Amino acid sequence: MKGDTILETRGLRKEFKGFVAVNGVDLKIRRGSIHALIGPNGAGKTTVFNLLTRFLPATGGSILYNGTDITSVGAASVARMGLVRSFQISSTFPHMTVLENVRVALQRRHAGSSYRFWHSERSLSVLDAGAMELLASVELAPYAQLEAVELPYGRKRALELATTLALEPELMLLDEPTQGMAHEDVGRVTALIKKVAAGRTVLMVEHNLGVVEDLCDRITVLQRGTVLAEGNYAEVSGNPAVLEAYVGAEHA
Amino acid sequence: MSRQTLVYLAGLVLLLVAPLLFYPVLVMKVLCFALFACAFNLLLGFTGLLSFGHAAFLGSAAYATGFAMTHWAVTPELGLIFGVAVSATLGAVFGAIAIRRQGIYFAMITLALAQMVFFFYLQAPFTGGEDGLQGVPRGKLFGIVPLAEDWAMYYFVAAVFVFGFWLIRRIIGSPFGQVLKAIRENEARALSLGYEVDRYKLLAFVLSAAIAGLAGSTKTLVLGFATLTDVHWATSGEVVLMTLVGGVGTVVGPVIGALVIVVLQNELADKAGPWVTVIMGTIFVACVLAFRRGIVGEIAARWPGKAGAPKQEHGPGH
Repeated sequence: MKGDTILETRGLRKEFKGFVAVNGVDLKIRRGSIHALIGPNGAGKTTVFNLLTRFLPATGGSILYNGTDITSVGAASVARMGLVRSFQISSTFPHMTVLENVRVALQRRHAGSSYRFWHSERSLSVLDAGAMELLASVELAPYAQLEAVELPYGRKRALELATTLALEPELMLLDEPTQGMAHEDVGRVTALIKKVAAGRTVLMVEHNLGVVEDLCDRITVLQRGTVLAEGNYAEVSGNPAVLEAYVGAEHA
Repeated sequence: MSRQTLVYLAGLVLLLVAPLLFYPVLVMKVLCFALFACAFNLLLGFTGLLSFGHAAFLGSAAYATGFAMTHWAVTPELGLIFGVAVSATLGAVFGAIAIRRQGIYFAMITLALAQMVFFFYLQAPFTGGEDGLQGVPRGKLFGIVPLAEDWAMYYFVAAVFVFGFWLIRRIIGSPFGQVLKAIRENEARALSLGYEVDRYKLLAFVLSAAIAGLAGSTKTLVLGFATLTDVHWATSGEVVLMTLVGGVGTVVGPVIGALVIVVLQNELADKAGPWVTVIMGTIFVACVLAFRRGIVGEIAARWPGKAGAPKQEHGPGH
């Protein structure tokens, strides 16, 4: 049945008109772990995310999710299989209320066909309780009736997490969840990720090494589209090649 | 009673007494274009798709109903159903081709397809070419009620309008409408939640085309003809103007916009002649520059209630 590895890539490759962004990446994500993907700017982290979630087609290699080859499955289907992503920039539905943001995700799983254009909106109110529960879990319940656009940045990221959680994903892909946040927000979102990671697998791109050290069981370092190193935080941070890549990148 | 309910009740009363106060055929024309603009707004305002070929649906249904009424002598309700079926089918074809592209490319593809449809009707023998399809009988509703009298025709058109308007409101509020809203707001995110966004857009496109067709078919019954004007790109532009003037993304806006534009055109046709185009252009520019939310959008923004329009961050004065 379900093995130890939830997601595996073999020789994953992506070229953009001659430029190789991802070059033969082999990843193995262990079920139940929090796995970080780090590396200097332009290392190909977000491209890997886009390949895994099928927002971009791979040029070569294969992706296995729970042992199934998903290399040529559509983006919406991948999401329905339980592999759900977030985006680098906070990604909400700005002019829908905070409650509706979460409810539209719940609707996909729990409300039968969403093509029913003849049903009244009251048919969605059964989902309100579930949506409020999710909002409460990320401390957003008091803001339920606000439009998402009115939330401060840190709260938007929390809303994005709640929306992702509404799909009960087996594997969550978080693209820089603490990027651009004030210090106190970083702490809150880190605690939140720790909380929601219980019982599922998380793969995250993160620049903040403090957050990585705090959260992640395993770390893969990418550089110029290839895997430079892999291991736990102590192993990776002691690796001279990794230090050089980071220092080199800063001097570039 | 909420403000929204009051507005709708007032509208309904006005709808019932309008033929006593105004020339019924003009009011019927306004209602047809109002429905057309509402159908267009379902796409632009609630799905975020700018179609620049909606005249193809209005006109195709207009011709289809005219043809069925004239040559097959069917009853008007069957004529309407036939017209709607034709425009919905055409909408499925247009949609399947166009929804793969976004923004300006989407608009250009719909325009190109609509132009192809225009030249088809220009050449096809049954449309009467430049003369149009003339002398379409109104027939007897369900084979019983003769619609030749304007008052009978009027209340039938009013009923069609109320049904169409109700349907659009229902679609917007439905579970499907919620997904459309999500796609409009953030398509990539909707996709990442597992929604097959292209299928939702296609269904929205077909629904919009069908309702636009309902407006076109009804118009043929009212006026007794279908002409090339109905499928002309200028009509596709007019519906954009009506929607913008009334308020894109508001439920009532397109109705008000259609009222303003149709009445203006009607009043100015004799007095201003060829200047009508210039006046319409000026209104368009003024609307885009100064009243981005349109008439209803501006009202809703000044007196915020629950019937409000979606807020625009870049609106004037903010």
